[in-house]
Amino acid sequence: MNPNFLEFEAPIAELEAKIQELRHASHDQAFNIEDEITKLQDKLKIRTAEIFRNLSPWQTAQVARHPARPYTLDYLAVMCDEFHELAGDRAYADDAAIVGGLARIDGRSVVVIGHQKGRDTKTKIRRNFGMPRPEGYRKALRLMKLAERFKLPVLTFIDTAGAYPGVGAEERGQSEAIARNLLEMSELKVPILCTVIGEGGSGGALAIGVGDRTIMLQYSTYSVISPEGCASILWKSADKARDAAEALGLTAPRLLELGLVDKIVREPLGGAHRNPRSMAIRLKAVLLGQLEALDRLDTPTLLEQRYQRLRRYGAYKAA
Amino acid sequence: MNWLQKLMAPRIRTQGTAKGKVPEGLWEKCDGCGAVLYGPELENNLMVCPKCAHHHQIRARKRLGALLDAGTSAELYADLEPVDALRFKDSKKYKDRIVASQKQTGEKDALIAMHGRIKGNPLAAVAFEFSFMGGSMGSVVGEKFTRTAEFALEQRMPFVCFSATGGARMQEGLLSLMQMAKTSAALARLRAAGLPFISVLTHPTTGGVSASFAMLGDINIGEPKALIGFAGPRVIEQTVRETLPEGFQRSEFLIDHGAIDAIVDRRQMRDKLSDLFALMMRQPKAVA
Repeated sequence: MNPNFLEFEAPIAELEAKIQELRHASHDQAFNIEDEITKLQDKLKIRTAEIFRNLSPWQTAQVARHPARPYTLDYLAVMCDEFHELAGDRAYADDAAIVGGLARIDGRSVVVIGHQKGRDTKTKIRRNFGMPRPEGYRKALRLMKLAERFKLPVLTFIDTAGAYPGVGAEERGQSEAIARNLLEMSELKVPILCTVIGEGGSGGALAIGVGDRTIMLQYSTYSVISPEGCASILWKSADKARDAAEALGLTAPRLLELGLVDKIVREPLGGAHRNPRSMAIRLKAVLLGQLEALDRLDTPTLLEQRYQRLRRYGAYKAA
Repeated sequence: MNWLQKLMAPRIRTQGTAKGKVPEGLWEKCDGCGAVLYGPELENNLMVCPKCAHHHQIRARKRLGALLDAGTSAELYADLEPVDALRFKDSKKYKDRIVASQKQTGEKDALIAMHGRIKGNPLAAVAFEFSFMGGSMGSVVGEKFTRTAEFALEQRMPFVCFSATGGARMQEGLLSLMQMAKTSAALARLRAAGLPFISVLTHPTTGGVSASFAMLGDINIGEPKALIGFAGPRVIEQTVRETLPEGFQRSEFLIDHGAIDAIVDRRQMRDKLSDLFALMMRQPKAVA
């Protein structure tokens, strides 16, 4: 089976293969089977819609980390008129698990920052599977400060399984790097829009996720711990990831309900990976709209609203 | 309760574990040197072994009691209680875990907040109760921390936190993660107002708490040999597939790597904190 299809996408893969086959056949034998192809394409649409209408949280988690899902640089390529990548934390290294730089989107200057995963083995390793080390978070902070200096809004794109749990990362202060970003982002004097495009994995996601709006793509996830991690701790077995995904409430609609997310952006039929371009165009429109709304606020109001937004997070009772 | 207990009149029943009390033996074995220690003596010594100076877990109220001047402390936000917003269930319901932990510890959640005086000077203080679900941070911990930081801001007094926690509370899902953002934002305001925050990292301080307010002190202090880190050692070992060096992620390791300012013995903590706060608040040195 094509590795770019998930288990529950199998019927979609089959139908697509069949359509491909027919196309080849019609090409070779030069007789018209367009009708048959159209019929199959309709069926493909219906089947895809059916499958995606009832995705379980666990299936959603798999779509969120689908091998073909668009990553930050894929979005930037479509959304930005120009993008100039800026590297390094000025202290230790450049972390390729986070990309960022100056960009122009619909004519206006912005700073963009996002997690970046690799596609093939080589780039996956170079990008450390999208799991940043402290220098990645420090680069992100450096770029945010740059944005503040030149009064540019910040757009962040969240897509990580989590901050990297390694010896070097601990030695160089992973905790401090994340913590400092949370504090600094809470008072950065320019608008910050945070979008979860894939996996929102815990502190490693939040470290570029504090801002004025939290936006989630329809099939992205955002969670305090991965379903596998949660399962191995609470169920003592990583096989229970399905149950953990269910319990954690990590899907966009559930988080909107809980008031932790401000907006969900609908994905193309069958997920962002079925049509990355149309996903990027749709997201761009949403981001521009949100920026426009934030443009109207003066800085003290922007920061007060941001604080009150963070302040509201929590569920507890008081006598 | 079994049938026999039901039959007996309540007044002749012996209470198993009294509510709000962790059952403790009179003699305790030191986790550091193995010496058998007399319980009350260990308690009098702030749970530090008199023989090897090993720092044992100390309860939140005991910690704050030893910090603040006698008769000056008042508890803050004691009415905050956890709720099960996600209706979370693993092998046990979160709801039941809350009830069990409350019974076992006598506390409503894993953070205790107080204000009072330290050698005469006002101070706001919070301490983690590690025995409450591993000191995990859910909405109540985050809210109580934030309110206490806001209280300190309003009253213009310094703020100290004693962490002892495994990190964010999974059973509250993303709500618990967002406490990291909320608490850090409150500290940003304290910082902007020029009020000092000291973070004391005790054994253990990991995960979402170390990756938020615990590392955001104007001064970060570790207790001797405390485990402090983002990822737990087990997770790192699984990732890098090698055994970690002795002393990795301990206070002494952190100070060598520039992550904390000082390591302070618990028995000297009150003096140290009083001195540091007085200096940062531009007050004369306080004498006990």
